[in-house]
Amino acid sequence: MNGPFDFTLSLGDDALIAAQRLGEWATRAPEMEEDIALANIALDQLGAARLLLSYAGELEGAGRDEDALAYLRDDRQFRNCLLVELPNGDFAVTMAKLLFLSAYQLPLYSALTGCADERLAAIGGKTRKESAYHLDHASLWVRRLGDGTDESHRRMQDAVDQVWPYVHELFTADPAAPVDPATLRADFDTRVTAVLDEATLTRPTDGWAPAGGRDGVHTEHLSFLLAEMQVLHRAHPGAQW
Amino acid sequence: MYGNDFSAEDAPGGGLLGEVEAAEAALREAAERGRRADAPGPDADLAGYFAEVIDADQKIEPRDWMPEAYRKTLIRQIAQHAHSEIIGMQPEGNWISRAPSLKRKAILLAKVQDEAGHGLYLYAAAETLGISRDELVRLLLEGRQKYSSIFNYPTLTWADVGAIGWLVDGAAIVNQVPLCRCSYGPYARAMIRVCKEESFHQRQGYEILHTLAHGTPEQKAMAQDSVDRWWYPSLAMFGPPDGDSTHSAQSMAWKIKRFSNDELRQRFVDMCVQQAEILDLTLPDPDLRWNDERQAYDYTQPDYDELMQVIKGNGPCNRQRMEHRRRAHTEGAWVREAAAAYAAKRAEQKEKVAA
Repeated sequence: MNGPFDFTLSLGDDALIAAQRLGEWATRAPEMEEDIALANIALDQLGAARLLLSYAGELEGAGRDEDALAYLRDDRQFRNCLLVELPNGDFAVTMAKLLFLSAYQLPLYSALTGCADERLAAIGGKTRKESAYHLDHASLWVRRLGDGTDESHRRMQDAVDQVWPYVHELFTADPAAPVDPATLRADFDTRVTAVLDEATLTRPTDGWAPAGGRDGVHTEHLSFLLAEMQVLHRAHPGAQW
Repeated sequence: MYGNDFSAEDAPGGGLLGEVEAAEAALREAAERGRRADAPGPDADLAGYFAEVIDADQKIEPRDWMPEAYRKTLIRQIAQHAHSEIIGMQPEGNWISRAPSLKRKAILLAKVQDEAGHGLYLYAAAETLGISRDELVRLLLEGRQKYSSIFNYPTLTWADVGAIGWLVDGAAIVNQVPLCRCSYGPYARAMIRVCKEESFHQRQGYEILHTLAHGTPEQKAMAQDSVDRWWYPSLAMFGPPDGDSTHSAQSMAWKIKRFSNDELRQRFVDMCVQQAEILDLTLPDPDLRWNDERQAYDYTQPDYDELMQVIKGNGPCNRQRMEHRRRAHTEGAWVREAAAAYAAKRAEQKEKVAA
């Protein structure tokens, strides 16, 4: 990555793809309250994505707005981390993804509030409050599922094991970025370890660490996600909605 | 980022929202007037007291005595209303992943979230009548209680999201605004809240169609096609014609319902004709015309045989909607069980600490 454009775009893409996945839960959640909560979190992520992508478009200066960036790029041009594009799986997988994402976004957005770029600082100020809520929500569910029934414990541990390898990519060092992601790892580890402990879950050992999202080299899942997300917009070039 | 960026001019719902506010004011006044000074004693004529409260346009509250049939009718009606909100999330939820701009996606997500919220208020209102939400959900999943027939139609294009907002939410509001004055307090209060949000949704749907109808030729055709498909199902939402409506007379006497199905349907038609003109879209009824004598529009009635078929379970999406709801419920069972087990463990720990 280089420069504030790439950085802002990658954060915007994380939020956008996370919102798309969370939006898939609408009408499918285990209880009505959770339908509301997941839609709420999806909306927050989408709101953050809109702010970040709009700003990325301005930084680029090529006339691309939030919709041009969201709807008219192919998967090789997306810069989101692999974690957010993974399929929803069962509720435990979704909560494992949300725990890790929000435990990364919270310190990231908090650090942004102190960065020299005023726009990013303002976006960080707004989004960190939302991330704190997302982290709370995911933490509570991970504890409930981890320390609930045998079945939920098994599923929650499976989910954590399945998703864990994808967290390492989030902290790839980038000393030139407004906030170097490598500096966020300690905060992430502290928060996540505490939740896993309380949830009676085992932190997986580090090993396989898939990456490539920041360079546009994604899993096979992203292209399908984009095909669905972009189909209507692309079918009507130049139309207003 | 929730689309409150529309101008209020030319947008529908203005007059109806005024009525919601008037109902809210009336509710406050009734509360201030207070109940008759003397609540009925143990030997009082409960039925007489109930009739007096209804006659005085005061509200029946959960602890008041009420006829068993009044309670049952309300449970049925409020529950079916709640189920409609929950099932009604599906046809629109179908387009969240494909919404054509990020702003539209945000508005749609917020709308579907609001509907879940409406479902919750309504289940809570029904619970004040002495039945649990779990029981009501079971009745829905077993097919023993209904939801609005309209949600058994498919959303085939993006314009359908607009048509649902404009026509379906529009019909719902026309139906629900009088319920803001319904005799059962918890239902009336829920309706005031619901109607305010619904009228916002209706405006958003109207705005989607307006943008499409003034967009590219393909967009305009998409908008017209959706209005063509949703017009009659929306008219059918008001229920069978007055002659065939089984619950009407008693519900009107109890001031649960305030207007007949046909009166409300007429009101909806009159409202839509003007709005369709501004949208520059045609309502699919060649016999729709102003009747000077009646000071209302003449229109072709919906196909009530089709309505009965849909209510019986034979609409285009009945099976799909129920299957989807059942699957979400079944697949979520282990999560609900985990939450209950976790809560029980926490409660036990607290007791130990206290002891």
